[in-house]
Amino acid sequence: MSQRFPVRVTVNGALHEREVEPRLLLSDFLRHDLELAGTHVGCEHGVCGACTVLLDGRAVRSCLVFAVQADGAEVTTVEALAGPDDELHPLQAAFHEAHGLQCGFCTPGFLMTLIPFLAENPDPDEDTIRRAISGNLCRCTGYHNIVKAVRAAADRMGAAAHEPAEEDVRVGG
Amino acid sequence: MKPPPFEYVVPDTLEEALEILAERRSEAKPLAGGQSLVPTMNFRLSEPGLLVDLRRIENLAGIRGTEDGGLEIGAMTLQADAERSPLVAERTPLLAEALPWVAHAQIRNRGTVGGSLAHADPAAELPAVALALGARVETCRAGGRSRWIDAETLWPGMFATAIEPEELLTRIRFPPAAPGSGFAFRELARRSGDFALVGVAAVVRLDEDGRCGMARITLLSVADRPLVANEGAKVLIGRIPTPAVIVEAARAVAARDVDPPSDIHASAAYRRHLCQTLTRRALTAAFDRGGDRPGHAGPRWRAGGW
Repeated sequence: MSQRFPVRVTVNGALHEREVEPRLLLSDFLRHDLELAGTHVGCEHGVCGACTVLLDGRAVRSCLVFAVQADGAEVTTVEALAGPDDELHPLQAAFHEAHGLQCGFCTPGFLMTLIPFLAENPDPDEDTIRRAISGNLCRCTGYHNIVKAVRAAADRMGAAAHEPAEEDVRVGG
Repeated sequence: MKPPPFEYVVPDTLEEALEILAERRSEAKPLAGGQSLVPTMNFRLSEPGLLVDLRRIENLAGIRGTEDGGLEIGAMTLQADAERSPLVAERTPLLAEALPWVAHAQIRNRGTVGGSLAHADPAAELPAVALALGARVETCRAGGRSRWIDAETLWPGMFATAIEPEELLTRIRFPPAAPGSGFAFRELARRSGDFALVGVAAVVRLDEDGRCGMARITLLSVADRPLVANEGAKVLIGRIPTPAVIVEAARAVAARDVDPPSDIHASAAYRRHLCQTLTRRALTAAFDRGGDRPGHAGPRWRAGGW
């Protein structure tokens, strides 16, 4: 086969070392090499947003990044959101309660887009929320409830931030 | 789809990258943010033999003011960083206004300013902005040689640049805004983040007597490259930019400056209509923000209302 390239990448806090073909997409590296199948692959050309992950804290399309480009970087995927006892992240809980998902295919991408967004915009209005999710497609077209979920999550996370005992922000922007 | 196999190198220094480009010339392709390159590779529309990843090269990213009051942006500066930069907002507000129109936030988190200019997509926002502001780009080649290319001559055609295969675009310089300048960017896309059907960038200067001293209008998505609308600008020079004069200029743009294509996304007639409407809106906003005459509220673009 062709050239292989060493990659050291920290995914959800764990360091992984692999040798990969340069053409391997980060999305496929996560799903197939690391067996983290929570990151979904929709269009594979940067339109749908299903494969969104955090790369060094920023939301990016993992289908538009080669795994070799993530060498030395920190990646956060949807698997990092829930707590140790599968306790949902406040954003996930809000999606659950507001019926912010139907088939769920787009959900990991929405969540990973919204984690840094809510860190930067803790109290967003509807217009700002809609702009933030404009790069993510939901083919069930459940956008109304997604927007409601984001607003509910902002309330929940904002309240949590004001409780001194609360230890939160496992996944930082 | 998956990209075809390619060879990959990730040089540590600019000189090393330039030597690789000199050696491998046309089979080598620089990889900046990859937000246009990777999708075309995923579609197998592009099959470069060698990707030269620029991410490890120091000092290719960064935003700084120049002594003359202008702005310099390193080619590898992320679009998202430029979008959030107070210096960009202060010195090149047109660029700040256009950046949120570039694709989606997730794309701007990887896409670079230099990459967009070098990719030369005729539907891209940043080339039209660079052209409107009279920017120049620096290119380097092995042996420490470099040159500056004016935006005016940077794009000879569709997806083509005046940059030689062994050269790398390293930084972009924007000249200082003239006193009394106003800026605006407008575009229309079918969906948020899509390529624009038509986009317009306008830079104008109001003289002390309230007349238009300078006007520069550029358009995207209407030709094989970003277009300067000279006929529209001519209408404005020396005149007080009343709504009627602005409409006259916008009509001149639509009638004489552009010859837009028809495609599945929009007919030529509709694009022409958009050229007129968006030019009128961009000019109205630009003149509203321009002018430093006494009693004027100041550069109103800071307030961000449009």
